[in-house]
Amino acid sequence: MTVTTIGEAHVHIDAEGFLTNYDEWNADIARGLAAAIGIELTDAHWKVLKFLREDYAEQGETATLRRVSTRAGIPVKELFALFPGKPAKKMAYIAGLPKPVGCV
Amino acid sequence: MTTTQAAPAIVPNFGDEATKGRKLAIICSKGNLDMAYPGLILANAALGEGVETHLFFTFWGFDIITKSRMGELKFTMLGNTATHMPQGLGGLPGMTAMATHQMRKQIHNVGVPDVPEFLAQIVDSGGHLWACKLSADMMELDEGDLYDDVEGIISAADFIDKTDGAQIIFI
Repeated sequence: MTVTTIGEAHVHIDAEGFLTNYDEWNADIARGLAAAIGIELTDAHWKVLKFLREDYAEQGETATLRRVSTRAGIPVKELFALFPGKPAKKMAYIAGLPKPVGCV
Repeated sequence: MTTTQAAPAIVPNFGDEATKGRKLAIICSKGNLDMAYPGLILANAALGEGVETHLFFTFWGFDIITKSRMGELKFTMLGNTATHMPQGLGGLPGMTAMATHQMRKQIHNVGVPDVPEFLAQIVDSGGHLWACKLSADMMELDEGDLYDDVEGIISAADFIDKTDGAQIIFI
């Protein structure tokens, strides 16, 4: 397991750069991770991240786009706008969670 | 120097540049419930990975985008040895309805939407839906009979033209 520095904090990451320890994440780290992939976090982003964090704590796996849209009521279209390109992976990365494994 | 040995930050390569030029064409030619899903699932996955995705509905696959049928696709055990049930059973009255009901339940249980809702998600994710002209002519259907977000009824040649350079999946 590699340790890296995001801002002032030391965090554990996997080979791709995803955080591996749920409890090492905080808002400053999220901002740092988002900046690293060219995203500036707005309230709309935070709503998604908050849902992902809470859902992961309950389910033990990262929510897919469909789950975020149906459970948090955030339309899929909006998720693509907030996290362009590969939304599911990008939002998991910023939320300090593993990549989602679900197909849909 | 700090006392903690920290590696340089690793930023995942989301491959945004690499996928920008990638295109996927999925030809859906089957109208059974179980054969509708592979195309929809692959399209959804590709869109989530930032791949431009086009679906072409042709022949029996037309049922997937025909308003009056899209919510009523069926699954039959007949001719499908993968159910590992005696084939004769599949021909009994009511068996297709029962098998369809069971499959719908299983699909629902894994959080996968029904066909109309799945198409909506694909369109919201930026996917393109196309209907085959020959199939429309054969079945005497027009735009009004089809799912609203179908972008057009086009010929096979037009579809090949639109998907220039795409990887193609035929289902």
